[in-house]
Amino acid sequence: MAEIGSSTQRSLTDVRSAAPLVLKPRRGWSALQLREVWAYRELLFFLTWRDILVRYKQAVLGVAWSVLQPFVTMVVFTVIFGTLLHVGTGSSTPYAIFSYTALLPWNLFSGSLSRAGTSVVGSANLVTKVYFPRLIIPVSSVLAGIVDFAIAFVVLLFLMPYFHIPYSWHMVAIPGLVVLCVLTALSVAIWLSALNVMYRDVQYLIPFLIQLWMYLSPVIFPISKVPAGPLRTVFMLNPMTGVIQGFRWAVLGDPAPDGLLAVTMGVVAVLFVTGLFYFKRMERSFADVV
Amino acid sequence: MSDTVIKVEGLGKEYRIGVLKDRNPMLRDVVARSVAAPFRRLRNRGYSQGGKVERVWALRDVDLEVRRGDTLGIIGRNGAGKSTLLKVLSRITEPTSGRIEIHGRVGSLLEVGTGFHPELTGRENIFLNGAILGMTRKEVRAKFDEIVEFSEIGRFLDTAVKRYSSGMYVRLAFAVAAHLEPDILVVDEVLAVGDYNFQKKCLGRMGDVAGQGRTVLFVSHNMGAISALCSRAVLLDQGQVLAEGRTDKIVSTYINRGLDSSGEVVWEGESEAPGTEVLKLHAVRIVSRGCVTSDVDIDEEVRVEVDYWNFQPGTCASVSIHLVDKSGIVALSTVNSPSATLNDDGWSCRPHPVGLFRTACSVPPNFLNDGLYKIGVYLVKDVNRVQAHLDDVVSFTVHDTGVMREEFTGPWPGAVRPRMAWETEQLGEYVSTSAGGGT
Repeated sequence: MAEIGSSTQRSLTDVRSAAPLVLKPRRGWSALQLREVWAYRELLFFLTWRDILVRYKQAVLGVAWSVLQPFVTMVVFTVIFGTLLHVGTGSSTPYAIFSYTALLPWNLFSGSLSRAGTSVVGSANLVTKVYFPRLIIPVSSVLAGIVDFAIAFVVLLFLMPYFHIPYSWHMVAIPGLVVLCVLTALSVAIWLSALNVMYRDVQYLIPFLIQLWMYLSPVIFPISKVPAGPLRTVFMLNPMTGVIQGFRWAVLGDPAPDGLLAVTMGVVAVLFVTGLFYFKRMERSFADVV
Repeated sequence: MSDTVIKVEGLGKEYRIGVLKDRNPMLRDVVARSVAAPFRRLRNRGYSQGGKVERVWALRDVDLEVRRGDTLGIIGRNGAGKSTLLKVLSRITEPTSGRIEIHGRVGSLLEVGTGFHPELTGRENIFLNGAILGMTRKEVRAKFDEIVEFSEIGRFLDTAVKRYSSGMYVRLAFAVAAHLEPDILVVDEVLAVGDYNFQKKCLGRMGDVAGQGRTVLFVSHNMGAISALCSRAVLLDQGQVLAEGRTDKIVSTYINRGLDSSGEVVWEGESEAPGTEVLKLHAVRIVSRGCVTSDVDIDEEVRVEVDYWNFQPGTCASVSIHLVDKSGIVALSTVNSPSATLNDDGWSCRPHPVGLFRTACSVPPNFLNDGLYKIGVYLVKDVNRVQAHLDDVVSFTVHDTGVMREEFTGPWPGAVRPRMAWETEQLGEYVSTSAGGGT
C-alpha cells in the first residue's frame, strides 16, 4: 500500500469520518438545504461567468449592446411618451433621465425573468448528466444580468451631468437597491423556471408577463399618476414599484419610498421563500421530466 | 480495506412513460383537467385516463454492495436499467423506493464534455467542465498542465472549441474528466467515442484510478473493456440484478443470453394480438446471423420478420415497416407491395387464404447507422386499409464494428450510413493564376 498517494490518504480518512450520504425517496415538501447550494458556489460562479462570457463573445457589438439597449429604449420612450403623449414626470426632471433611471432596474428585472425562466429547461444537458443543486441554474442566469446593469449604470453617470442632475449622497443606497432588485428578480425567476419544467407553455407566457408587469410598474409614468384605489394597491404590492421608486429617490431626488420599501421587502420575502420551497419540491423530478 | 462504500437496498425507480413519450403537460391541460376533475374521478376509478400514463419500473428490487477499491462492471442490454442505476447513484434522479448508502465523494461521468460551450476556448472549458464535474478551481489549476498534456490539444488551448475536430473535442473533454479524483467514480458508456489509441489511454487512466484504492463503477457494451478493467460485474435485465460475480463468468452469461432472447414480440393469445377480425399480428422479430437478437453488428444483414394471421379468405394483405432512429426520425419506411420491392414476394396485395403468414424484409449490411432503431409495423388490407399499426414494437441496436472507420473515427451523422459509390478524377494540373496574369 506504499503507492497510495497523500491525496488518497486524505480522502480515505475523510470518508471514514464523514457521515454516509443516504439516498431514498422523498415525498412532499422538504428542507431547502441551502448549505449545499453554498458548497457549490464555485459552480455558480463558473456558470454565471460562462453566461456573461458567451453573451459578449457571440454579439458582434459586444459591450455596446448593453449601452445601446437601454439608451435607445430611453430615446423611444422620451419621443413617444414624453414628447408625443406628454406623460410628464411629476416634477421638473427631464423625461429622458426620468425613464432611464427606471429602465436600469427594470431591464435587470425583465432580462432576468426572460433568461432564468427558460434556464432549467435550457440546461437539460446538465440536469440529466450531472448532479448539483439545481437552484444554481436560475440564480446564475439572474446574476449574469448584473454586468449589463453595471455598464448601463456607467452611462447613467454620464447622463446625470448632461441633464444637470447633481450626484447626491443618496447614491450610496444604490448597491442595496441593486440587491433588492436582484432578489425581486430571483424570487420570480425561481418560480418561473420550476414551473416551466413542469408546464412548457410558461415560456410563451413569460414575454407577455413581462410586458404586463411593466405597465404595472412606474417605468414610463410617475407613480403619482396612478389614482388611489385598487389599482394603486396593485402598484404598491408590485415589488418593482418599490425598487424603481428607490432608484428615483437615489438618483433624481424624488421623495423617499420608506413605507413602500417595507412592503416591497415583505412581498419579495414571501415570493422568495415560497419559490425556494416550490423549486426544491419540483427539483427531484427535473431530470426525469426535462 | 474491504469496507462497503456503496450499499443499495431494494432500489426501485419508476418512470411514467406517458410523460416521457408524449410532450410535457401544458398549463392549459392542467387548467382543463382541474375543471374536469370531479367528473373524471367519477368516470374512471382506479386507473388513469385511458391508461395513458403507463408506469414502468426501470429498476426493481436492486440490492448491491460495492466495496472500496472494487471495479464493478455493469452490463445488460438496452433498457436493462444500467444508465438509470448510474443516474440514481450520482443523484441526478431520485429513487422511487429503497435506500442507498454512499460513503465518499461520487464523481460521475455519464457523458463526455457535459456543459462544454462551443463558443468558449479550450482553457475556459477546462475550468467550466471541471467545476461542473465537481472540482474546485484550486484542483483544476493544480492539474491544469496535466490535463492539457493528456488531451494532446497543445496550441489549440486558446481556440474556441467549436473549431475543434470531434477527436480533439472528445480528448479535451475526457482529459478533464480523467483528472477527477473522487472516491467513487461512476462512468457510463463514454469510451464509445474517440479513436482507438485514445480509448486505450483512457482505459489505462481508469485502471490507475482503480489502482489507487478508489472505487469505479463502469457501464459499457464493450465486453473487452469490461473484462480488461473490472474485477467484478453485475448483469442487469429488465431492471433487476440477474447475476453478479466474477467478470468473466458474468460476461459469458450475458453473451449466451443475448443470442436467444429479446428482439422479438409474440402475441400468443388471439384476443390480445393487435389487429382486426380480418388480419392480426402474431409476432415481430429481429434476426441477425440466424438468431433472434436486439444487438446487430453494422456489417451484418438485419432481417425484420412479421408473422400475421389472416382470418378471412381472399384478403389482399400487405405489410409495411418503419425504422425510426434514436432521434425519432423515420430513417426509412418500406412496404412489400410488388412495385416497391426488389423481388415480388408473390403474396403481397394478392388474395390470401386463411392462415398464418410470415413476411420478412432484409436490411442490407453497412446500410444503417450505429445506435438504436425502433420498428413500427403496419398490417394493411387492400393497399391502404390499415388493420394493425404499432409503433416501437421491437427495437435493436446497431453496433459499430469499425468496418467503415479505418480513417474517420468521429461521430457519423445521418439516419442511415450506407456505403455509397464515389468517383474522383483529376481534372487538370494546377496553374498559378497570379503568376501568369490569369484570364
